[in-house]
Amino acid sequence: MADQKASTSIEAVESGLAAQGYIASRQIATAVYLSQQIEKPILVEGPAGVGKTELAKAIAAWRGMKMIRLQCYEGLDEAKALYEWKYAKQLLYTQILKDKLGEVLGGAQTLHAALDQLHDFGDVFFSKEFVEPRPLLQALEQPGGCVLLIDEIDKSDAEFESLLLEILSDFQVTIPELGTVSAITPPTVILTSNSERDLGDALKRRCLHLHIGFPEQRLEERIVESRVPGISQTLRRQMVGFIHEIRSLDLKKLPSVSETIDWARVLVLLQASELDTEIVKDTLNVLLKYEADIEAATPQVTTFIAKAARSNVFG
Amino acid sequence: MRENLHRFFRAARGAGVDVSPAESIDAMRAVAQVGISDRAVLRDALLLTLAKSQDEKLALGDCFDLFFSQPEPRQEQPEAAGEDDAAQGEDQPPSAGSASEAGEGQPSQGLGPLAQMLLSQDRNAIAAAIASASGAASLSDIRYSTQRGIFSSRILDAMGLQRLRDDLDQLTATNPSLAERLRAALDALREAVRDTVSQGLALYAREEAENLRNEILRNAPLARIERRQVAEMRALIRQIARRLRERYSKPRKRQRRGHLDVRRTLRRNAAWGGVPFLTAWKRKHRDRPKIVALCDVSGSVAQVSDFFLLLIHSLHEVVDDVRSFAFSSHLIEVSEILETKSPEEAMSEIMSKVGFGSSDYGASLVDFEKEFMSALTPQTTVIVLGDARSNNLDPRADILRRISERSKRLVWLNPEGRLAWGFGDSEMPRYATFCSVVRQCATAQQLERAVSDIVATYQ
Repeated sequence: MADQKASTSIEAVESGLAAQGYIASRQIATAVYLSQQIEKPILVEGPAGVGKTELAKAIAAWRGMKMIRLQCYEGLDEAKALYEWKYAKQLLYTQILKDKLGEVLGGAQTLHAALDQLHDFGDVFFSKEFVEPRPLLQALEQPGGCVLLIDEIDKSDAEFESLLLEILSDFQVTIPELGTVSAITPPTVILTSNSERDLGDALKRRCLHLHIGFPEQRLEERIVESRVPGISQTLRRQMVGFIHEIRSLDLKKLPSVSETIDWARVLVLLQASELDTEIVKDTLNVLLKYEADIEAATPQVTTFIAKAARSNVFG
Repeated sequence: MRENLHRFFRAARGAGVDVSPAESIDAMRAVAQVGISDRAVLRDALLLTLAKSQDEKLALGDCFDLFFSQPEPRQEQPEAAGEDDAAQGEDQPPSAGSASEAGEGQPSQGLGPLAQMLLSQDRNAIAAAIASASGAASLSDIRYSTQRGIFSSRILDAMGLQRLRDDLDQLTATNPSLAERLRAALDALREAVRDTVSQGLALYAREEAENLRNEILRNAPLARIERRQVAEMRALIRQIARRLRERYSKPRKRQRRGHLDVRRTLRRNAAWGGVPFLTAWKRKHRDRPKIVALCDVSGSVAQVSDFFLLLIHSLHEVVDDVRSFAFSSHLIEVSEILETKSPEEAMSEIMSKVGFGSSDYGASLVDFEKEFMSALTPQTTVIVLGDARSNNLDPRADILRRISERSKRLVWLNPEGRLAWGFGDSEMPRYATFCSVVRQCATAQQLERAVSDIVATYQ
């Protein structure tokens, strides 16, 4: 029974994402399903442009939730990621309230009594009013839950990773002056990484680890079909086949899914009906981002087109 | 199922995927969610929860396939044997069949359960018996290939081999043909058990074997590495280099949180009459690592310097400011070679330029002082790798003194043991007086510690 439910739910995830234009492989759908069921963040790794960030957007759109994005970079600290005291506001208020302060403390005879009275007001200046919530805190405060995207976590410092641990495992943060803030509804957390540096084991342990690689030919064709509806079937097959051939080369930056989609758009704009050497050579700069890569690929273009066309006959 | 999952976690550890208790709990929860009926989904779920990198995913995927394909070969083995028997039986259906039936009728009553099971050719029962017996013999504790024999016999004992032997003795006397059949079945059983044990070894023992080998390799003297181990050693050094790189590669600005820099705050807020709108916090000043490495590549230490150059090569990636020099009878700068070429190319080029000569420390130090003394600043750490055996030539310890005075630290790594220092043509005691640290550095582990300590002082 439970098994039945699980596989239908995984299919539901797949179709839900597909409705948002995100064609997910079985693994991705399983990861999304599991992350909801056992409330764990997903750590997505893979080369640039395979749709890691897009996955978070699609989940948010599918489940009708707000997406909060935290872009990581070197030097990102808790003041920018978590919360900050509105320091200037605190100062301004003390200046404005100076007179009021005099009134309140006016009745006190001794310094000691004045201090006691001041204590009665509590930490006026360290209350929620003066906290500027940054993305992480915002995500915890959403009443309806949200999708929290922590993008390119590998770009941040190792210290920042440790800061995330509390949020990732318990969905709460501790602000020394205020206490612990727990999530109203646990957010769906997606972390993405380009593997620029190895992440700590503690962080990895708290996440489901999902690796998105380059998709298989069939899947990529479906992705192109959903993203660029205007493209004819033959051209779609040819171009995806061609890109798979290109990926077998030893290049500095292999074309990924986003490049495939861009290229499909370009081909549609140029009203190409099928691939030929001329048009591929003209538009190769859409696929390849380095001069050296283009030089390496150009002599192979004709063979690749032939190969892609041949595989069509059999496939 | 839970038992099976636990065994799978052990197998995963064997495959080099570290599964912590917390992860196994997560995996259990995930499995509870997705169920076990769909193998592909189960595989995905386990891969998602247990593996933490792409390599681990591959290893774990293989492990999964091996683990869950296990029941089949177990069944196949008795099955194959059983088929043989069945085929033989079918060859002469009337006579042999009836004979065995007639023979079976009576004596099998006096037989033990194992004998009965084997004679009845109940494949599933046999497979189940092997599985439970290997559980009883704790097959998952198997670590080394030499344990195969003992585990096989333990499993067979647990299945009741003793009783079977008795039965066999008895049968040989009373019913030779049945005894013959039982003996054939027993051989098939032995084979099946042996396969089970081999599979167990493949599943559970990989980690230990690899750890043991690496441990031995880490502590083996670099100078006496066998040829066949050189490749493994290189891989190990590369691992060490990667670890160092991960630990130290990003020199970071570190703010000391919570310590107000009063002077700078006041100065910055002078415009507001000293009301501190903008705060300035104290920072820790950190030196950028500067390293000058001198590596002896003469014949006597050639093999060690090979590994040392490899490590320096990786040091070039960790630290921006490294200059490296190689010497035997004279000294040249090799920074550029190490920076631009792959380790293997760089190594062979350096060796062809200065390698394998007889060492002359004095002349090399003179070379260094003449050309490169300006590379040293008060922030520089100088590392010298060599055995300090100068073929009784003038050691020129005075130059080393000047190097030591100009630099922050002078570290000498000597591949020879302390006992050998000062004997024969070793000038180590004379040099040692000017070094901040002198360490023996004969194994990969010592090499890692030494380099790690040097880089760590700049953190």
